[in-house]
Amino acid sequence: MSRRLLPSGDSALLVECDSLDEVLALHDALAASDQPGVVELVPAARTILVAVDPATLPLESAATWVRRIPAEAAARSAGRAADGVTIRVTYDGPDLRTTASLLGVTADALVELHSSIEWRVAFGGFAPGFGYLVSDDWPFEVPRLDAPRTRVPAGSVALAGSFGGVYPRQSPGGWRLIGRTGAELWNPEAQPPAVLLPGRRVRFEAVGAG
Amino acid sequence: MTRLRVEQPGPLALVEDVGRPGLAHLGVAGSGALDRGALRLANRLVGNPDGLAALELLVGGFRARFDGEAWFAVTGAWGPVTLDGRPVAPYTAARATDGSVLEVGMAERGIRYVLGVRGGIEVPPVLGSRSRDTLAAIGPDAVEAGQVLAIGPEPAASVPLLDQEAAFPPPDGQVTIALLPGPRAEWFTDSALAVLFDSPWRLSEQADRIGARLVGPPLERRIQGELASEATVPGSIQVAGGGAPTVLLADRPVTGGYPVIAIVAPGSLDAVAQLRPGQELRFRHA
Repeated sequence: MSRRLLPSGDSALLVECDSLDEVLALHDALAASDQPGVVELVPAARTILVAVDPATLPLESAATWVRRIPAEAAARSAGRAADGVTIRVTYDGPDLRTTASLLGVTADALVELHSSIEWRVAFGGFAPGFGYLVSDDWPFEVPRLDAPRTRVPAGSVALAGSFGGVYPRQSPGGWRLIGRTGAELWNPEAQPPAVLLPGRRVRFEAVGAG
Repeated sequence: MTRLRVEQPGPLALVEDVGRPGLAHLGVAGSGALDRGALRLANRLVGNPDGLAALELLVGGFRARFDGEAWFAVTGAWGPVTLDGRPVAPYTAARATDGSVLEVGMAERGIRYVLGVRGGIEVPPVLGSRSRDTLAAIGPDAVEAGQVLAIGPEPAASVPLLDQEAAFPPPDGQVTIALLPGPRAEWFTDSALAVLFDSPWRLSEQADRIGARLVGPPLERRIQGELASEATVPGSIQVAGGGAPTVLLADRPVTGGYPVIAIVAPGSLDAVAQLRPGQELRFRHA
């Protein structure tokens, strides 16, 4: 496993990995080691941002810590929500048919696959409560819309790249919308405020189609 | 309890404190006051602990009436401040009496005032902070005319007799901003890096709490591919497809897909927050 450390200001490092799996394994290992002075650990598709309080953990020490952590030893469960969640979806999104034909399948086949496989939350980002969903059983690479929508309704079930996702609230967005759910995925009053926590297993259940 | 009745909020009046760090993995940015030094100074001037919530007033045009007595201080942007029509020195603690009217006029230097009050602005915290995050729509809504803001109980520390800190108003001419290396500098040509440091830049009209777009020559990329989204820190200078740099600020999206060429040194970030549209800036190596 290669790990490249990139500068990111005077209180953060960006750690670059070869794959999302390496990102998740290293993130778990870093989180499990409970290093004082770490302010944020933000996994993304190929990187982990490690933000520190330099007074407690100088950047050089943080770099040494990141280099020495053996990611392979980390249990995938560490610090991750292991339980699953089922999200009920009405598959009538405005992009369902065009997305299916872009991928060379029927809309029914796309819905069948999307709602039968197990997804898991790889990482958050983009917006509060948004989770990037991945699945070993998802074969598609979905191009983003050429022109992003200025308003994507809350609860929109969407696809982009190799990821699935659900918009927690109304926002702009360039993902392709295949369905919608009434599930509440973000509530700042709740603890934790996000339902789609990194590591959580997610299933979609079809409750109708347009 | 002392209250502040806002009669006129100006173009944008927001409650801000030091923000909500540690939640980026949930998609929540740090947010908080853009000019951290101004927030810290306002709190110190009135004897508050660092980090109590204050009002961030864009440009000025703010008027409010005190219900009860309170110490207050206006920092950050520099402009005319009056209490019942009498001038109040900026960056100085002053005492408001019951019913007195505070007016913060149009900024002459800088663009964001911080109005700190002894006891802090009391609104219900969301995820541990009273800050408004304008992108994520978390925290208290923008202050409206007629709104009454509660002021918290007086802290234990007294109001300092003398201002202990030297404070200078934001400059009105060209500003020099220190940069640290960015994670994706290698995505740009050598000449792009030279241009970044050699050429003067201007703050565009597209500047808010999310990011400040700069106007100047395009920064050419060496690597044309798409970058997988990755987390950014405040001050990251991301360069969009057209080559225009944007300084990402407190309410930025937590992750972004444009390469970051450099990062504004934390000591220079407050200066970026006080730039006015059209104002000139230059970059130097930190």
